[in-house]
Amino acid sequence: MSVFDKVKSIIVEQLGVEEADVNMEASFIEDLGADSLDIVELVMALEEEFDLVIPDEDAEKIRTVGEAVKYIQDHQ
Amino acid sequence: MPEQRAAITGLGTYVPEKILTNAELEKMVDTSDEWITTRTGIRERRIAAPGEATSDLAREAARRALADAGVEAREIDLIIVATNTPDMLFPATACLLQESLGAERAGAFDLLAGCTGFIYALVTGGQFIAAGGAQTVLAVGAETLSRIVNWRDRNTCVLFGDGAGAAVLRAAPAGYGLLASRLGAHGAGGPLLCLPAGGSRRPACRETVEQDLHFVHMNGREVFKFAVKTMEEGTRGVMEDAGLSVADIDFLIPHQANIRIIDAAVKRLGLAPERVLVNVDRYGNTSTASIPLALQEARQAGRIKDGDNVVLVGFGAGLTWAAAAVRWFDARRPE
Repeated sequence: MSVFDKVKSIIVEQLGVEEADVNMEASFIEDLGADSLDIVELVMALEEEFDLVIPDEDAEKIRTVGEAVKYIQDHQ
Repeated sequence: MPEQRAAITGLGTYVPEKILTNAELEKMVDTSDEWITTRTGIRERRIAAPGEATSDLAREAARRALADAGVEAREIDLIIVATNTPDMLFPATACLLQESLGAERAGAFDLLAGCTGFIYALVTGGQFIAAGGAQTVLAVGAETLSRIVNWRDRNTCVLFGDGAGAAVLRAAPAGYGLLASRLGAHGAGGPLLCLPAGGSRRPACRETVEQDLHFVHMNGREVFKFAVKTMEEGTRGVMEDAGLSVADIDFLIPHQANIRIIDAAVKRLGLAPERVLVNVDRYGNTSTASIPLALQEARQAGRIKDGDNVVLVGFGAGLTWAAAAVRWFDARRPE
């Protein structure tokens, strides 16, 4: 499974959205209806899935699905 | 001989009369009922009356706990007050409580472990009973957080409330009481949730007052992550120690800080929501008082019965976390 596919399945699970809505350009807040705490939970799920630590200052800069995928690829 | 376990043989709670609703907060800071409710689950909180201090709340809760247990104040051997908002830096609030209760025989000290304090106090008191150092312990969680929140900071002032809870601990009948406990701390996270000034590092002065350093400071996102992780791990830890599976847990009493933290932790544990007590909507985060307030509510509603396996779990400033597994003893159960 690609990083994107894994990220997508986590987003679908955490945010309760449709797979079709999760594309690289989608913004967590504007397009996927997340609030700040949903994003914290999402970051926790990504940290566990990819065995990463995403510091708060980095997490704040991740606004779209594509930014999350890129962050994970850059830090693996 | 097996170790003597401690049981809670009486509980008492007290909250101030004044209710502060989200609608009232909308008039004080730039916030909305909708924002507070969806982010925290809190609808209202209690605020201590002017002149009402933490030891006053503690006294009312303690008197009710003693009456519930059928214990006289002079029978108490030890008073432990867990609080983040003592009446003053010293003497200990526990000593003020000893005096107002008339608990002449009791030793008394305060315990500081953030919002986790009540579980720390319960476990500490349980150790005195297990070791034979005390027969009757009064463990209290009491707070007047309204006195240390910045009422101009919309991120924190909506979260907290005032209240108190007290538990009388005595030797448990065989098979009952405190089955297992785990205490933890992550000191590196200290700056994430603190009251920066007024201690020896930054004594109170004009600058500390002007810079709002006598109020609660919190990084909510980082505390959220710590809370969800440790609530799950702590609960699993005491389940393992006590030989309990998820199916064996009759009731979970989590620290009431935020419904989103509780929901996230409960989901990870795979516990059914009807086995979890939530009252953060009515009291907000009352720190050390939250677990006894929730426990009492569950008990009075008949949701916790004699012999039930109950897990208490919390987290807080320190950072600290703790969990305790208890086989509930109902002192008034039919023989």
